[in-house]
Amino acid sequence: MKTVMEGSHAVAEAVKLARVQVISAYPITPQTHIVERLSEYCSDGTLDARFLRVESEHSAMAALIGASSTGVRTFTATSSQGLALMHELLHWASGARLPIVMAEVNRAMAPGWNIWTDQTDSLSQRDTGWIQIYCEDGQEALDRTIQAFRLAEAVNLPVMVILDAFFLSHTYEPVDVPDQEDVDTFLPPYEPRFFLDPENPCAFNQLAPPDIYMEMRLSIQRAMEKAVTVLEGVEKDYGRMFGRNYRAVEPIECEDAEIIMVTSGTVTSTCREVIKELRSRGQKVGLLKVSLFRPFPGAAIRENLAGAKKVAVVDRNCSFGSGGIFAREIQASLCNVPGHPPVYSYVAGLGGRDITPELLKEIYWHTKKEDVPPQDSLWVGVREVENGIIRV
Amino acid sequence: MELSGFDREYIYSGHVACPGCGAAIAMRFVLKALGEKAIMVIPACCWSIIAGPYPMSTLRVPVLHTAFETGGSVASGIRAALDVKGDRETTVVTWAGDGGTFDIGFQALSGAVERNEDFIYICYDNEAYMNTGIQRSSSTPYGAWTTTTPGKDWKKMRKKNIVEALVAHRIRYAATASIAFPEDLVNKVKKAKNMKGSRFIHIFSTCPTGWRVASEMSVKIARMAVQTNIFPLYEVENGVKYTINYKPKGYLVKEYFKLQGRFRHLTDNDLDQIQEMVEEDWELLLRKAGVFPGE
Repeated sequence: MKTVMEGSHAVAEAVKLARVQVISAYPITPQTHIVERLSEYCSDGTLDARFLRVESEHSAMAALIGASSTGVRTFTATSSQGLALMHELLHWASGARLPIVMAEVNRAMAPGWNIWTDQTDSLSQRDTGWIQIYCEDGQEALDRTIQAFRLAEAVNLPVMVILDAFFLSHTYEPVDVPDQEDVDTFLPPYEPRFFLDPENPCAFNQLAPPDIYMEMRLSIQRAMEKAVTVLEGVEKDYGRMFGRNYRAVEPIECEDAEIIMVTSGTVTSTCREVIKELRSRGQKVGLLKVSLFRPFPGAAIRENLAGAKKVAVVDRNCSFGSGGIFAREIQASLCNVPGHPPVYSYVAGLGGRDITPELLKEIYWHTKKEDVPPQDSLWVGVREVENGIIRV
Repeated sequence: MELSGFDREYIYSGHVACPGCGAAIAMRFVLKALGEKAIMVIPACCWSIIAGPYPMSTLRVPVLHTAFETGGSVASGIRAALDVKGDRETTVVTWAGDGGTFDIGFQALSGAVERNEDFIYICYDNEAYMNTGIQRSSSTPYGAWTTTTPGKDWKKMRKKNIVEALVAHRIRYAATASIAFPEDLVNKVKKAKNMKGSRFIHIFSTCPTGWRVASEMSVKIARMAVQTNIFPLYEVENGVKYTINYKPKGYLVKEYFKLQGRFRHLTDNDLDQIQEMVEEDWELLLRKAGVFPGE
């Protein structure tokens, strides 16, 4: 049944449908609507789960590490500074191979204080061994959250479902909410292979000297590699039951495109309109939406981009000293393909600055005009800065 | 002392503690008191090593090794999961050193106790970061040498009173215990086991390596800490009801200090000053217990 709901509430709805057993969270804007709604569900009995209201994000993740190690389904949500505070335990969760699911509402890192959208918080955690899925709209946020539990439990890795602050988390859209019965069929109860059990006492996460540590790390890499195909299977089942299929990347008008723009998150919706307009004016332009960032879907990237003449990547993030992070990953994926297209990297919309259709068109025309891409990422939609001072 | 079933060991032979390690003695008695229906959380501390490397474990109970500052929070999550699974029988126990308790893990411990999480938190206190090589913690006592308080920079601050900090949370049960008083230690663990809510036991655990003492002196030194009032044995229920469990012998603190290399640099004047500090603390404890010295 379609209901108009906020993006945050779509996530909360999915967590309820997934019959999560332990939730632990700490407040941070703009994630709070997710856990407020879940608190209500736990409080009124709609969701039969324990909700731990801990004293920091670090403790929220630690509590879930304890709960997940005891063999129950777990969830948390956070943003920005909260995610950064969890950093140590993000490594811990994946190293311990725990299928924890987290909603991450992209918010800019301070200073200066900024609660608006920016992907640098989640992308800073790209090497922690978490699967990362970026969502475009409320429907995808709901669907991906349900899928995340199946995926996490199949490969024993934690999953981050990522939403843009406000543009997605606080925007009301029609969302098709699946029936509980169908979700129960799609997502059976979690049955861990190993858990803390006095009947079968085992030690977890203990000292791992050089003669064993590397194999443990290799198993994480293998699980990540496997996650690409496992997600395909999960999506196939989901599509069969609920009629929606997102894939790791979604090509839009890419077949005959000379220039392909690449986006993630809510900018994709804006760019879909821009592509339509440019197409109507005879431009051979396509769009590739990237949903899966870890594991990075290199094969799908090559399949969709290798034949284009130029690629223009729009990054709402920046790795200082390197550039747009999606662009750098895409360049790395393409670099061994002979005659691959040049990749133009654009940094835009940091800290919640609007990425307008006009700006996306500017990016397109710039890519078309310039024969050779600059080595560095080009920052677009920025104010003039004189002697280090921003003109206001 | 109730001895039935007490011959059962919950530590396999082959742990890798230093000879005379107080933390190994403490674990042995605690497990005897707890029995096998327990899950143990071990944040980074000497016991992260003592328990043995993968794939071996010296403990007969399930163990979750975890990050340094997560003793309170990981245990909260385990308890929640057991509740959801309908297991009310298993006791969740955090086993942490003084660094993980007094310093880096204090926030998570305070949070867990404020929420009155149903678990036992045990701190085995060897008064410094021993696993990393004897660096000072907020549990290191006034006067002590450590590798980060060397030479003339020996520690000039008092040891943090962790029990009183938790009593301020109105914790269900808080107690001190010592490896030199195993009956008292076992009784306290058993008492804690039969309670609900947050419980804290602070065990004084000699570190021969870090305190610069011979390994066979481990228990004697722990005993003297109690007999000199440096580490009084007491318990507090619900943050208000104090009970002092051991009447001290009134030995002078210098008898305790002179046995340990970590205090070798202290002058008679320093020792007199420490004697005064210990007496002041003891009188404060007596007042809290409703005993008014000199009245």
